[in-house]
Amino acid sequence: MEKSYYNPKDLKKFGDIAEFEPKLAEKFFDWYGEVFKAGALTEREKSLIALAVAHAVQCPYCIDAYTEDAMQKGCNEAMMMEAVHVSGAIRGGASMVHGVQMMNKAKKLSM
Amino acid sequence: MIKSLKARKNELSEVENQLRILEGGIFQEELPTFKQQLEPLEEFPLRPHKIEIFQINVGYMCNQVCKHCHVDAGPDRKEIMSKAHLQRCLDILKENQIPTVDLTGGAPEMNPHFRWFVEEASKIGVKEIIVRSNLTIIRANKKYRDLPDFFKKHGVHVVSSLPYYQAGKTDAQRGEGVFAKSIQALKQLNAVGYGKPGSGLVLDLVYNPTGAFLPGGQAQLEMEYKRNLKKDFDLDFNNLFTITNLPISRFLDYLLASENYEDYMEKLVDAFNPAAVEGVMCRNTISVDWDGYMYDCDFNQMLDMKVNDESTQHINNFNLEKLEAREILVNQHCYGCTAGAGSSCQGTVT
Repeated sequence: MEKSYYNPKDLKKFGDIAEFEPKLAEKFFDWYGEVFKAGALTEREKSLIALAVAHAVQCPYCIDAYTEDAMQKGCNEAMMMEAVHVSGAIRGGASMVHGVQMMNKAKKLSM
Repeated sequence: MIKSLKARKNELSEVENQLRILEGGIFQEELPTFKQQLEPLEEFPLRPHKIEIFQINVGYMCNQVCKHCHVDAGPDRKEIMSKAHLQRCLDILKENQIPTVDLTGGAPEMNPHFRWFVEEASKIGVKEIIVRSNLTIIRANKKYRDLPDFFKKHGVHVVSSLPYYQAGKTDAQRGEGVFAKSIQALKQLNAVGYGKPGSGLVLDLVYNPTGAFLPGGQAQLEMEYKRNLKKDFDLDFNNLFTITNLPISRFLDYLLASENYEDYMEKLVDAFNPAAVEGVMCRNTISVDWDGYMYDCDFNQMLDMKVNDESTQHINNFNLEKLEAREILVNQHCYGCTAGAGSSCQGTVT
């Protein structure tokens, strides 16, 4: 039994998910690779989006991977922190905007 | 300003200690050695192609002390190439019709015979004269202020390090205030035509990562540099070369001190690109040290790995035919030149 749920060395084993289901893994990794190629967005823009999403889904593997990836692509600390703020703003905003639903319900129930 | 490893009597100033680290540890069991990567490709021993670049390290003295410097250069380094050795280099260039001379250091401009050498190289018709200028030397002292005009007069190809287009990262690697002085120097170079379309005066910049990570795509970074340097400082340049930091000397010291060494070596090994082997710079370059000895590259020079043919290890015994038939010496630092798109003094190699 592992003493921790997360082991940094597991990040390098990402490809091992193919061991239990190779066909789907192959499709997933092909698609993953295509997603991050430059298209309408640059590779650098995609890396910053990935970094923001990594924080939203709170994936430590993804945070490590895309911090380094963003640095490789020439992002500086300010860019990366702004991406994290975008993530935080959307997470916070997602809670706050539901306040409207709460208000709707409260008003309906009130005289 | 920090001091060189040598001045600090750091154990890494002894080449044997660097080689012990590169050959031991994780390369004993976990990771394949560079030689083991070349063998299945039938590239071991690695052989040179035609020698096209004669890279002369004219001295380890420098006005800067960059944290990652593979030369361990600095103001406290006194190794400087003599005029006699420089004359011998000119003779070699002329006799062997080597098209490119690449002057590096330290700050090559600090060699007292630097200008004489460039003038003479120009006179004998060396096709391309590259000077690896750290930029700040142009602003360091009044006697260097006219360097842009001097470079222009002799059609020198200027290659300069600027690890980021903003001050923070640049100064963190190269020293406080270096970015501001570099921008002033770049403005001077632009003013005489360097980096300007149609001038024929080439100004290339070098990006190398400011930490324990690998460089990203050269084209994308070049675009970012051009956009930001134009917007913020109205500066122009020609090409950006991305160069991987090799795990020797002060960069090795940083990797060890920051506990990044093993992870960094794993990254280099994971990123090994067989396609990059074909274009590694040791195949078309000879590196000369201040004392006239020759090496496969500037990195091997710093590890005191002289060319492996003892009959032609010094410029006084230069033999082109033998040098082009030699076996190139490799060690684990060579992974730095084959990672990803590859790395050389001319940027990526694939």
